[in-house]
Amino acid sequence: MQTRKLIIQAGRTESQYWQDLWRYRELFYFLAWRDILVRYKQTAIGIAWALIRPFLTMVVFTVVFGNLAKLPSEGAPYPILVFAAMLPWQFFANSLSESSNSLIVNTNLISKVYFPRLIVPASAVIVSFVDFMISGTILLALMAWYNFVPDWRILTLPLFTSIAFAAAIGGGLWLAALNVEYRDFRYVVPFIVQFGLYISPVGFSSKIVPEQWRLLYSLNPMVGVIDGFRWAILGGESNIYMPGFILSVGIVILLVASGIWYFRKTERTFADVI
Amino acid sequence: MSEPLIRIEQLGKKYIISHQQDKPAGFYRYKTLRDVIGNSIRSFTKTFSQNNDKRIFHSDREEFWALKNVSFEIKQGEAVGIIGRNGAGKSTLLKLLSRITEPTTGSIAIAGRVASLLEVGTGFHPELTGRENIYLNGSILGMSRTEIRKKFDEIVAFAEVEKFLDTPVKRYSSGMYVRLAFAVAAYLEPEILIVDEVLAVGDAAFQKKCLGKMNDVATKEGRTVLFVSHSMQAISQLTKRCVLLSKGNVQFDGHTDKAVRLYIAGQKNADEQSAYYEAPASKTGNYVAQARILTSEELGTHCWGKPIAFEFTLQVSQPHESLWFSFQVVNDLQQPICIFWFSDPQAPFRREQGTFVLRCQIPKFRLYMGTYNLTTWFSERRSNTLLENLRNICPFEVTMHNVERADYEWQSDECTYLEDAVWYAASTEKTSIEKFY
Repeated sequence: MQTRKLIIQAGRTESQYWQDLWRYRELFYFLAWRDILVRYKQTAIGIAWALIRPFLTMVVFTVVFGNLAKLPSEGAPYPILVFAAMLPWQFFANSLSESSNSLIVNTNLISKVYFPRLIVPASAVIVSFVDFMISGTILLALMAWYNFVPDWRILTLPLFTSIAFAAAIGGGLWLAALNVEYRDFRYVVPFIVQFGLYISPVGFSSKIVPEQWRLLYSLNPMVGVIDGFRWAILGGESNIYMPGFILSVGIVILLVASGIWYFRKTERTFADVI
Repeated sequence: MSEPLIRIEQLGKKYIISHQQDKPAGFYRYKTLRDVIGNSIRSFTKTFSQNNDKRIFHSDREEFWALKNVSFEIKQGEAVGIIGRNGAGKSTLLKLLSRITEPTTGSIAIAGRVASLLEVGTGFHPELTGRENIYLNGSILGMSRTEIRKKFDEIVAFAEVEKFLDTPVKRYSSGMYVRLAFAVAAYLEPEILIVDEVLAVGDAAFQKKCLGKMNDVATKEGRTVLFVSHSMQAISQLTKRCVLLSKGNVQFDGHTDKAVRLYIAGQKNADEQSAYYEAPASKTGNYVAQARILTSEELGTHCWGKPIAFEFTLQVSQPHESLWFSFQVVNDLQQPICIFWFSDPQAPFRREQGTFVLRCQIPKFRLYMGTYNLTTWFSERRSNTLLENLRNICPFEVTMHNVERADYEWQSDECTYLEDAVWYAASTEKTSIEKFY
């Protein structure tokens, strides 16, 4: 019997927080599992939705930016160029909207049971990650279709995936915590997601951004992530604009650190204000 | 074990409640960015303008202490009830104990794993099947996967939902839903179990089963249980010690019986209408103007077996020779228990107008403990007209606390009527019969 002394006191930052997070790892798993299970229940084609949505967006972007606007494609088939960016973007966008709502959706849990609240938005990100993996198969199919063979750089993909993951968690924590107190973010988030799709280099290559603006452009953390994905997947001509990439990664790190800080700071009052 | 398992010291929890003059009472608005920005600009400009109108700025906000200076200790294996009226701070206390929210002052020291059951079915997802929900709910309440797997069959058997394990719970009847939810919770095995009002679920048979299970947890398994309920019956069955909260303070901490009595008395205080009725001023014709019950104790509480009197003031403006007055004592399940009527042909109100007092005295009132109220019937028999029928008036309570019964406490569902009786017992070999009381 593991008995431990727990002291609850005003303003005392829970020293066992990270330990608790580990102890509740199963809940983490169960929440993610629940959301995945529930997601496509009572739908006719089920998990296929995870494939259809990104696929159709990719088709539209290819037609608009590739065929109509005739933008350069970094030497790869345009659909692959688009999809290499679509993957991390969709992951990021879904994570933001899912995790920002996650606390509100789970109000009954928050106000009735104790567990480290960090689990809720984090497991929402995990769920989006599963979708990310599923739609990754489209990329494989596209590569097979175009006979496109990636080089060694594809092995660095997990690195960029983890940057995307960090960006999603960081942004998700901020928005989730803010949404608890200010329901304004319910309207802000869809806007960020919609807007972000156009200011991130999803439908086009970031090379078409004029050189003098690229550093500024990299303030958008997804620019670094998407460039990284393209660099890893497309190989060949594609290359990373280093200062911009470092800036993006720096911003992601800042986002995660500040996200955790803010979330932890407001977490204690969640049950009272939600 | 002398070391207390839970030690609560000077615990307090403050909430800020805001009032808005132009909004109807109880209207709550979420804090929006506009408020925050607006307020910070206002306070920013204030630091420059040096106007001392801080008081006005905060006039729509009020501090509210849901709990204040609460201190007590709970030892290993103790079952403690927490009672109090709505808003006394019970739920806040449980929320603090289960770490859902943070105290404003004071501290709580807990040695052991705490599981709180603040509401059955917390975290049930309607789309998931019963099986899936058992796992989900179990893990939310703090069970590990292996633990759930081990107890899975027991949980299912307790909930009686074997057939519907693979049906989404949204298709469950509400009874099945709460049974399953309670079953998961009942098989938790923490050192400290916090239970809030879970017994208000299911049908009578299941409630009994739940109560039995809670009893096992508290007495046989020797776990520490904190139990919050409005059901005094459940509280007195499960606990020996009670903490009575009142307006955020500990009003009493000690033996359950006394706490329950104080609680009932306190409740009566708030409700001045008990054992009393007064007709609204708009009434006309023949009607009951006033009714009251003269109970043996104050505030509408009556001890079993003592004399009681029911008093009715009739306002009669149209006397009639077949006026009839009767009333029933009705229990809290709305079943009439007894009826009394008054139809004396010489009754003054049959002949003249005016206000008359009818008093019905019962030398020994034998209704068993419980809450009762009255239904009155005022009618005119000849033409079979019901003049007035009042229901659920004059609520009063019968208690058994003046009557001792050795070794076996009074249970509220034993009977509705308790008669005096004399017992005789004799050995078949002897000729004389001994008399017992």
